[in-house]
Amino acid sequence: MAATTTVPSAGPIPGSRSFLSRLREGDEIARLITFLFAASVVLVTVLLIFELWQESVLPRHKFGLHFFFTRVWDPIAEQFGALPFIYGTLITATVSLVIAVPLGIGAAIFLAELAPARLSDALEFFIDLLAAVPSVIYGLLGVFIVVPVMRDYVQPALKSTLGFLPLFAGPAYGIGFLTAGIVLAIMVIPYIISVSREVLMSVPRDQREAALGLGSTRWESTWKVVVPFARAGIMGSIFLALARALGETMAVTMVIGNTPTISASLFSPGYSIAAVIANEFTEATGALYTQALIELGLVLFLLTFLLNGVARLLLVFTTQRGGGTAHA
Amino acid sequence: MKRIAGLFLAALVLVSLASAQALLINGAGATFPNPIYSKWFDEYHKINANIQINYLSVGSGAGIKQVTDGTVDFGATDGPMNDEQLKAFQDKHGFGILHFPTVLGAVVPTYNIPGVTVALNFTPEALAGIFLGKITKWNDPAIAGANKGVNLPGNDIVVVHRSDGSGTSYCWTDYLSKVSEEWKDKVGKGTSVNWPVGLGGKGNEGVTGQVKNAPNSIGYVELIYAASNNIPYGSVKNSSGSFIKADLASVSAAAAAVAKTMPDDFRVSITNPPGKSAYPIATFTWLLIPEKFSDGAKRDAMKGFLKWMLADGQNYAEQLQYAKLPKEVVAKEEKALGKIQ
Repeated sequence: MAATTTVPSAGPIPGSRSFLSRLREGDEIARLITFLFAASVVLVTVLLIFELWQESVLPRHKFGLHFFFTRVWDPIAEQFGALPFIYGTLITATVSLVIAVPLGIGAAIFLAELAPARLSDALEFFIDLLAAVPSVIYGLLGVFIVVPVMRDYVQPALKSTLGFLPLFAGPAYGIGFLTAGIVLAIMVIPYIISVSREVLMSVPRDQREAALGLGSTRWESTWKVVVPFARAGIMGSIFLALARALGETMAVTMVIGNTPTISASLFSPGYSIAAVIANEFTEATGALYTQALIELGLVLFLLTFLLNGVARLLLVFTTQRGGGTAHA
Repeated sequence: MKRIAGLFLAALVLVSLASAQALLINGAGATFPNPIYSKWFDEYHKINANIQINYLSVGSGAGIKQVTDGTVDFGATDGPMNDEQLKAFQDKHGFGILHFPTVLGAVVPTYNIPGVTVALNFTPEALAGIFLGKITKWNDPAIAGANKGVNLPGNDIVVVHRSDGSGTSYCWTDYLSKVSEEWKDKVGKGTSVNWPVGLGGKGNEGVTGQVKNAPNSIGYVELIYAASNNIPYGSVKNSSGSFIKADLASVSAAAAAVAKTMPDDFRVSITNPPGKSAYPIATFTWLLIPEKFSDGAKRDAMKGFLKWMLADGQNYAEQLQYAKLPKEVVAKEEKALGKIQ
C-alpha cells in the first residue's frame, strides 16, 4: 500500500568512498538491486493503471463521467453505469469496518496488554489461522449460517425495534448489504487484531512504566499512553482491512444478492464492483461490454486509492493534533 | 542400479517421443457441455492415441472471443454467435466459422413454496409475468389457473436468477423473449441481462442455494443440474397447449420439431418450438469450428472427431443426461463437414 512512497533514502553514507570502491565492496550493488525491487512495486502499479486505462477506452469515450452516475447496467442495450456497484462496494465496506474496528482493536488491546502472555500467543495462533482461510469458505459460512440466521432472527428483530429507520426497512431476504458487511467483518477482524496486537506489543516498555510511575492505573496507561503511541500502526491495520473489504469478491458475491440496486435499506440486495466483474467477465460478449467491466476495475482501483489517501490524511491530521507522543 | 537408471532414461525418451508425435488440439468455451466434452475427448483419445484434445470450460463468451483471437483451435458456445461476431471472425481471418450442434440441454423452473410438494404447471404468461415483476403473489390467477387444486399461498414471490453470465440465462431469456413481447422490448435475450426483479445467484448451485434458502422463491437451472441433484421442478406449457415436464425425450422432441427447418449454418433457437410433446425451454449447444485450418493434420483430426461425435459419441449423451441430436440434424451435419478445408 505504501507503493508511492518507497523511494529509498537511507543508502550507504555517501562521499567518504568513491563509487568504484563502493561497487567493489558490494554496497552499491546491494543498493541498486534493492532499489530495483522497490521500484518494481511502483512499476507494477503504474502498468496496472495504464492497462486498465488503455483497455477501457470505448466506455470512457461513450459514457464519460456519466459512467459514475448512471444506475442502469444493461448488457443487451449496451447501457453501462457504475453507480450501484460503487454504492454497494462502499456500503458493504463501511458496514464491515463499523463492526470490525471496535471489535478488532478491543481484542488486540486485550491480547497485547491485559491477557497473560501464554493465552495471548495461543489466541494469536488461531487468529492467524482465521486470516489464512480462503474467502470462499467464508462465503459458504455466510450462505449456510449467516444468511438463515439473518433472515429468521436478526432482521426480524431489527425490523421490530429499529424498523422506523430507513436502514432497516423492506423485506428480509437474509442476503444483502448487511449480511455482506457482516461476512466481510468476520473476514477482516483477524487482520486488525493481528497487526494491531503486534504494534501494541512493540510499544517500548518505558512508556508504560513511565505512565504507571506517574500513578495511572493499568487501563489508563493502556488507553492514554500505549494506544495513542501505536495509533499509526493501528490505522495501518484498518487500511489493510479496508483494502480487503473493498476488493473481496467471492464471499461477497455469495451473500450480497447480485442485483444492481441502490437502496437506503441495509436489508436490500445489492452488488459490488469486484463481484460483478467476477460474475460477468467470462461471458461478456462485445467490446463495449468487456471494456465497461474493465473500466469498473479502474473505478475500484481509484476508489481504493482515494480512500487510502483520505485515511492517510486523517492519520497525519490526528497525529498532529494528538501531540508528539503518537509518532511511530 | 545403473541399468535401471538407463532403462528409465530410455523409457523417458520413448514417452517424450510418443507425446511429441501426438497431435494437440486446443478448444475453449461453454461450461454447460463440459462434462460430455471431457468424456468425448477422453474416449476419442483412447481410440486415437495420437490425438489429444484439450478443452477449457471458460464460458461461451470467452470461447467465442478466444477462437476469434485465434488462441485456440476451436470454440464452443451455448448461444449461437451473432452476425456481428461472425463478421468479426471473417474480417480477422479471411474465412468463416461453422456451428456444429453437439447435444441438447434444457432449462427448468425450480421453486420453494412451503406446503407445496406437487410439481407446478407454468404457463408462458406466468413465467414472463413473474420474471418481469408483474406477478408478485403465488396465488395470482395466472399461476393458480394452471394449478387447480393446489393450495398456493398469498405470499410475495422471490425471484432468483443467475448472476454470472451463462448460456442457461441465454436460453431462459430467449424463451421469455419469444413468449412475451414486453420481455423482448424491455429486457431482451443474452447471457447477462438487466433483470427487472430478483436476486442473483452464482452458477446453478448459487441459484439452487438461494431458492432453497428463501421461502416462496422461484429460479431456473439446467435440467442436468436439477436431475442429478434431485431438485424438484415444474412443467411448462408448450406452444400446443400441453404442460410438459422436461426430460430427455421431451427435449429431443423439441429438437426434432425444428430439424426440418434447420438453417444451413445451424444457428437456430429451439425455444418455444411446435410439436405436442416438445419441451419449450431447450437449446442446442455448439462447437465452433473455423472453415480453414492451416495445419492439414489438425484439420483431419478435427473432422475425424466430429464424425465420431455424430455417430458413436452420441451414445454417451444420455448417460450424462444430455439429449441426443435428432437423426435429421446428424445427417445435415455430416454433410456440412465437407465445408471444413
